[in-house]
Parts: sequence; C-alpha cells; structure tokens
Amino acid sequence: MGVYYILQRELRSYFQSFIAYVLIAVFLLLAGYFFYTDLVMYVAFSYQKVSFNKIWAYYFNDIRYVLMVAIPPLTMRLFAEEKKLGTIELLWTYPLRDWELLTGKYLAALFFLSLMLLLTLLYPAITYFLYHIDITSVFVGYFGIFLLGSSFIACGVLISSLTENQIVAAIGTFGLLLMFWFLTWNEAAANEKLMKILLNISLFDRLYTFTKGAIDLKDLVFFFNFHVFFIFLTWLSLTTRKWRGIK
Amino acid sequence: MIQVENLTKYYGPIRGIEDITFTIDKGEVVGLLGPNGSGKTTTMRILTGFFPPTSGRALINGYDVTKKPLEVQRHTGYFPERAPLYPEMSVTDYLGFVGKVKGIKGEKRKEQIDNVIVTCGIGEIADRLIGTLSKGFRQRVCLAQALLNDPDILVLDEPTIGLDPRQVVEVRKLIKNLSRERTVILCTHILPEVSETCNRVIIIHKGKLIAMDSPENLQEKIQKNTQTLFQYYGGNGGLGSELMGLPGVINVEKKEANFSGAQALVIQSEKDEATLRAISTFITQHGGPIMEMKKISLTLEEVFLELVTEEEL
Repeated sequence: MGVYYILQRELRSYFQSFIAYVLIAVFLLLAGYFFYTDLVMYVAFSYQKVSFNKIWAYYFNDIRYVLMVAIPPLTMRLFAEEKKLGTIELLWTYPLRDWELLTGKYLAALFFLSLMLLLTLLYPAITYFLYHIDITSVFVGYFGIFLLGSSFIACGVLISSLTENQIVAAIGTFGLLLMFWFLTWNEAAANEKLMKILLNISLFDRLYTFTKGAIDLKDLVFFFNFHVFFIFLTWLSLTTRKWRGIK
Repeated sequence: MIQVENLTKYYGPIRGIEDITFTIDKGEVVGLLGPNGSGKTTTMRILTGFFPPTSGRALINGYDVTKKPLEVQRHTGYFPERAPLYPEMSVTDYLGFVGKVKGIKGEKRKEQIDNVIVTCGIGEIADRLIGTLSKGFRQRVCLAQALLNDPDILVLDEPTIGLDPRQVVEVRKLIKNLSRERTVILCTHILPEVSETCNRVIIIHKGKLIAMDSPENLQEKIQKNTQTLFQYYGGNGGLGSELMGLPGVINVEKKEANFSGAQALVIQSEKDEATLRAISTFITQHGGPIMEMKKISLTLEEVFLELVTEEEL
C-alpha cells in the first residue's frame, strides 16, 4: 500500500506544482512538430512509392529526442526535492520500506510518461481515418518508445537520488542520456571489438526493431537488464544512509 | 518505554555516538542535551529507525529498532529540527498522506486528523497550502504529523525554535500534556525549556553520555561548593578582602544591594555549615546586621557548561 500512497502524492504534486502542464505542453508541441514534418516529408518525397507505414519509423526516432528533453525535468525532483526540503528524513522514519518509496516514485514518473504518450496517439488516430495504416506496428512502436522512456526515467531517478539539487539532477540526467545517444557515433575512435560492446549497450539504437513493427526478445532482455541495473543502483544509493552518515 | 544499551554508531571512521546506555519510562519527558555535533541527532535517528546503530541495541516498547523497524516506526512520532513539509500541499491533504503512509486506516485516520488539528491548534489554517504558512504554523503542522499515529514514543528535535514567546509557552504546555501517556525525548539548546518541561536530563558530549539525572539533582551534584548572597549594613569598603581571608571562602563578588545603604556580596565557599557560620559571624562582628542571606543555585545552563567543559579538561 505504501507504494500506492507515494505514487498518489507524487502525481498530485506534479499537477499541483505546474510542472506537469508545462512538460505536457512542450512535449506535445515538439512531438506534434516532428509528426507534422515527418508527414510533410513523406508527402513530398515518397508518396505512393514507399508504404505509408515507413513514416512511423521516422516519427518514433524523432520522439526519442523529445523524450530526452522531457524526461530529465520529469525525474529531477523525485528525490532531490525531498532531500532539499528534508522531507525524506521524515519518510525514512515512517513505517515505509525503501523499495516502496522507490517504486512509488518510479511508477509516478512512468504514469506521467504514459499520459504524455497517450496524448500523442491522436496523430496515428487521425491518419488512421485518412489512410489505412498497420495499427499493430504503430502499437509496437509505441511499446518500444515506452520502454525507452522508462529507461530514461530509471536513469533520471538514479541521478535524482544522488543529489539534493534539482538542476544538478536534470543536467546530470540529460548528460547521461546524451552520452547513451553519442555512444555509437564515433566509429573511427572505437575499434571493432569496442564498437561491438558499445552497440550492445547503446540505449537509443534499441528502438530500431520496434520502429519497424517487430519485437526482438534480445531488446526486451536489454531493457529489462537496464532497468534492473539502474533501479538497483538507486536502491543502493537510498540505503547507504544505513551504513554511513548523511548530512 | 525506551531501552538503549551500549548504543554505538560510527560513520566510517568518524564517531557518531559511543556506548550510550539509558532507559526512559512511559510518562517521562527526558531532555537530550549537548553541544552541536555531540551525537544528539544520531541518537534520535537510531531511535526512529532512520538508520541502524553500528553496535548495541535500542528497544522501543520491547521491539528492537534494527530487527523490527516498521513495528517501531508505527509507534513513534518524530519532529525533525527543520520541520520539513511539502509546500505545495494543503495541511489536510498533507496530514491525510502522512496518515496513510503511517498505516492508519479509514475512519480512524479521519478521526486522528481531526484530533491533531485540535491538539496543535491548526484548525483555522487546515485548508491552506503549507507553503503560505508562517513559521509558527509550520512548526505546529509538523508537530501534528508526529502525533498523527498517536505514538507511544515522541522524539522532538528543537520544537520551539523560531516560535514567538507566546507560542513557545503553548508548545511547552502541549509537550507536558502529551507526556502523560507517552515517552518524550526532547532535544533542545534552550536550557530553561529543559528545567521547565523535563523530568530527567541526558547530557551527551562528543558522542558519549556524560550525565543523566533530574535537572535538580544535576544542579545539586555539580555544586561542589555553594554560592551565597549576603546583604548587610556596615563594614566600610565592603569587607570583601577580609572575608577572602577566612578558611573555606573561595571567591567574593560585589553586587548591587536591594536595601539602601547596604552592602551586597556573593560569596562562593565550601558547602559545609561551619564555613557559612564563620562568614555570617564575621559579617555581624565586623560590619553590621545581616538583612538577607540566600543560597544561589546554578542554572541548568551553568550546569551544562560546567559538565561539558569539565569533560574537556
């Protein structure tokens, strides 16, 4: 039950402190802009030659960057704010386990991500009535985007648990995501072996199969491991107080 | 009831507290005193299940803080020094949230919220956002969250800091009332607060327990010698230097007299009767009639300073 109460408070806090509205507005503006340009590009260059479904690959790849901008401000406050206010000190003296606190906060951000993505379903819905599109592949793409976004959240939650400064949390998360994006860019600097490893941990490249409307078990395993890794680190950072002093 | 046995906490190589042992019964208010960084907060954090001790154990109502933290936390209320709250929430929303997290169910929760709102006198601001409240009200809202689960153990870290004098009096009265059916640990820098509200005092210094007693006994204990105020007539120049020559007199200090034309001296001397008799005989013989003779007791503040500095030597 503790998880649910934390989740409830976090969501309420999002919507009471105005962040929610600004984030949703910016997210929809950028996502809408990308959808529009992708559509225009499709009409201009590949009309009738390429299957209409190709547009979604472009669209989802663009959404990655919008999420990269939207997730850090979403997750920055989760722990940093509680630390700054000192309220985490009280939470830690309530009959509440660390994993309940962590799960509640993570789910709140996940819920918010789902809401943002849900609102963008309007774009495929409109297209659906004009052209016949393959609904399944759109949903697979959305599923991939959701997994990617939740991985971003896992990063953000960890960084937020390490600092009491929200700006530091946001910049840190953004930096980490940026690094995951750049990871496989510089092929010249990395030798073949290293590149193979880098490709394996490259978060952003994991979306490609999804955008084509297919699900690869390897990708699912990757996302699962990614989450486990970051959430475990966050849990660790929360419990360190139990073996060392905190300020 | 709180039982603490050989409680020790290290932060890496740095000592938080070492080998602290005490027992506090139900219905007691115990003042936890010590300079900054002495280990008060560490002690309180262990008692509230915030973190476990390095060694030793702490039992709250018989439950071990390390082994049954949730059980302990269900029966404790904690007021941290900064009185942290969520500014974007309204007072009732906030108390509702705390009630849920503390595991108070349905009807009982509503009842408890109404109770603490009355107890802490925050009825008039119950619907306001916490961020808009004055310092005094925020302190009281934070006190309300500590009381919400009707705790057996109440741990208060400087609860009157930042309040105006009238509120300070109210909060102290409240603490006294609350203590009837609870065990209260009150950590404070304001020493009169301790003598006013506490049955017992625990003094911690550099992580170690250096004294534990009632405020009165503590004052008594510390006075190896006594200070007496004498007001008398006669004796040109005050008899000060002559009195210093008497056996057992340690120090003589001139004071402003209440009686016109009288002399006033605070004489620090050994505690025995003979010395005091010798002093008063000397004054009546070489000066004049004694108008007042009064024992001056040390304030708790002086006791505190003395204990702490003694330990340092």
